[in-house]
Amino acid sequence: MRLYFRYFAIYLRGLMEYRASFVMTLLSQFVSSFTGVLAVYFMMERFHTVEGFTFPQVLLCFATVLMAFSLAECFFRGFDTFSSMLGNGQFDRMLVRPRGIVFQVVASRVDLSRLGRLLQAVVIFCYALPASGVSWTPDKVLTLVLMVVCGMLVFSGLFIIYASICFFTIQGLEFINIFTDGGREFGQYPFVIYGKEVLRFFTYIVPLALFQYYPFLYLIGRSRWRGYMLFPLLSLLFLIPCAVLWRVGLRHYRSTGS
Amino acid sequence: MKKYLSFFRIRFLNSLQYRAAAYAGMATQFFWGGMLVLMYRAFYRADAAAFPMAFQQTASYVWLQQAFLWLFMTWGYDNEIFAQITQGTIAYELARPIPVYSMWFLKQAANRSAGAFLRCIPVLTVSFLLPKPYGLMLPDSIQTLLLFLMTLVLGFFTMLAFQMLAYILVFYTMSPSGVRMVMATAGEFLSGGLIPIPFMPQKMQDILTLTPFAAMQNLPLRVYIGDIAGGELANAVILQLFWLAALLFVGNLWIRRALRRVVVQGG
Amino acid sequence: MIELNHISKTFRIAKRNAGMKEAVKALFRKEYTEIHALQDISFSIGKGEMVGYIGPNGAGKSSTIKVMSGILTPDSGECRIDGLVPWKNRKEHVRRIGVVFGQRSQLWWDVPVIDSMELLRDIYEVEPARYCRNLDMLAQMLELGEILRTPARQLSLGQRMRCEIAASLIHSPKILFLDEPTIGLDAVSKIAVRDFIRQLNAEQKTTVILTTHDMQDIEALTQRILLIGKGRILLDGSLEQLKARNSAVRTLTVEFSGGDFVPVEGEGIHTVQLRSGHGVFAVDTRILSVSKAIEQLSAHAEITDLSVAGISAEELVVSLYEEFQI
Repeated sequence: MRLYFRYFAIYLRGLMEYRASFVMTLLSQFVSSFTGVLAVYFMMERFHTVEGFTFPQVLLCFATVLMAFSLAECFFRGFDTFSSMLGNGQFDRMLVRPRGIVFQVVASRVDLSRLGRLLQAVVIFCYALPASGVSWTPDKVLTLVLMVVCGMLVFSGLFIIYASICFFTIQGLEFINIFTDGGREFGQYPFVIYGKEVLRFFTYIVPLALFQYYPFLYLIGRSRWRGYMLFPLLSLLFLIPCAVLWRVGLRHYRSTGS
Repeated sequence: MKKYLSFFRIRFLNSLQYRAAAYAGMATQFFWGGMLVLMYRAFYRADAAAFPMAFQQTASYVWLQQAFLWLFMTWGYDNEIFAQITQGTIAYELARPIPVYSMWFLKQAANRSAGAFLRCIPVLTVSFLLPKPYGLMLPDSIQTLLLFLMTLVLGFFTMLAFQMLAYILVFYTMSPSGVRMVMATAGEFLSGGLIPIPFMPQKMQDILTLTPFAAMQNLPLRVYIGDIAGGELANAVILQLFWLAALLFVGNLWIRRALRRVVVQGG
Repeated sequence: MIELNHISKTFRIAKRNAGMKEAVKALFRKEYTEIHALQDISFSIGKGEMVGYIGPNGAGKSSTIKVMSGILTPDSGECRIDGLVPWKNRKEHVRRIGVVFGQRSQLWWDVPVIDSMELLRDIYEVEPARYCRNLDMLAQMLELGEILRTPARQLSLGQRMRCEIAASLIHSPKILFLDEPTIGLDAVSKIAVRDFIRQLNAEQKTTVILTTHDMQDIEALTQRILLIGKGRILLDGSLEQLKARNSAVRTLTVEFSGGDFVPVEGEGIHTVQLRSGHGVFAVDTRILSVSKAIEQLSAHAEITDLSVAGISAEELVVSLYEEFQI
């Protein structure tokens, strides 16, 4: 952990060299995620509810997903930009250093400009937390924290899958955006609105609903079952196949070097 | 035209080489389209009366949007062009016998249409075969289809002319990231890329109709689904022609000034 | 120290053909070709040796370096370095080696070099006392001084390379791999780098393995040369041995006036270079004596100046590449 902060400090020092462009990116990230909110607002203003969810409730869901995603993008950016790391030889360099590979990938690329989205999420939370009508008892707060943290880890798992595939091919990787960007975009609404099949998919295959929909039901009081509180933890099982795939990819890379 | 075709050919061959990318792109578009249709279904169920058009029209809009995504996506910039501007290699472009504006315009047109050409076919086919309210419907007449194609081409050009302004802006900011992100997201939203313009509040619609944004994907797609007709359609086409001409004019004028700056600075 | 036995490695790469038809075909089916990057590579290198590893591009140099540094796992064969198998004991192994990739930086681009050094200290867990000692020594030997306080991206190529080398040695590795360390450097920097490597090898007994295209590196640094071509080790010996092997060849450089040479290609003589007034010829003295050769040449034109030289390292390599057809 100490070493992680060392890396982080180096990143910050480098950042100071590009303050203007950093602020620029941060701002445009902030502004650009605003159009998403506006789209939700226009839709909710026209239809008032969707599957019984009100506008503040939808926003609460939106902000949770957006925050989880932007945290993942900020701190696990190394996996998200992995193809460049392979391309410029930075990854070979990691292999000749006596530290864990995953650690080095994570530590070597932090991207705080991604926090523009996080800022947006915070702003939405400011509105949605009081407006959603949830009485914020400790267990509800805990639920929300679990949703965000586990969400971040599941999105990171998706980035790891992306990175693992980079070991084999750098082509056709956009498809993973279906789940990362798609998860972020469509996770604006609770997954149930897309129908049973989609909900099932996002429960059992790519478990975004485990941190987005089920605990959300408990959060807004639609369900009284406390078990939903812990559903985000279940989503962490997703990290197992991610780790396996990463290992397979790494072994492949080290046997082809391509 | 010959230049356009050779750009098109290179790009088309190139995209064929990357079969995995082509498959991935298709998968993304099917997923995106499917999820959007399901989302509108949920809203339709919530309050059918508030729907500004028939459900199948919306589904068709979504599928057409996915099929022609490559023509109208606002975030598809050419990094080579940005690099030429920021690194000053634009000077070499000036030495070519064809104006920079036309050159870039052609290149963009070729790149995008080559991408769309390959990808629209499977999306159109599959969405056409989907069960009734969820799939792509046929246009109600041949005239509609012809009008659709005409406004599609004009809308595509309007889109390109708008995008050219982003490149020109980079002459002044010298850093593409901010410009491209703001232009792309604002453009996407205002042109009906996130939600179709008819789903927006009435006031917003009234304003947008007058802007070039309504002339991009909004017009051809709504012509196809029969959401716009008669006098309204005539007005929209006239506005489209006006905006296309205006954007081309402004772009050409502006790039000349921007280039003069480069020459003066010894860029 | 370093022991490679029968290391082999084969890659499969996708074929790409030109033309519309082929492109459409590739959409559905791909053909692969096999590349034998390394075939039965065996050699051993002792502690404190300095070895030059040469061969044309794509001969397998960097694959071998990658195997030895633990990046690449070979298909078959054994490799032990200081008792460890690089790809199996990666972490322990890499603690003992330093790697410089001439074309790729390991320094953090936007921060002063000293910050990179400190981070490397933490990555390699170098004790503070030893770190200070090493840094002082390296800074002095490589004349880093103020350079350490400069961000890496502002350094000249020569300054950066010196920093790269220092960064690879901060954890006092027993073996140093240098992949084209002098590529793109100016003459002064090249000499500084070479001097340093020689000194390092002499004082610290660091084993050095060096790949390069610059024969002056080889002449200045290495006692031993490994020549690789098409994935095989073709020669293993000292520069002197190799030179002796081709010692029968002499180079005749001729200045002449009047008349023109037709390129001479005959028994034991061939033209290396020819332009008006100046010619270079290679003479194999086993077949044709130098005096006979001069006689032959003067029959064609008026010779105004002439010099005879043994073979240079550069020419040696060219003749080796020709000999092995690589």
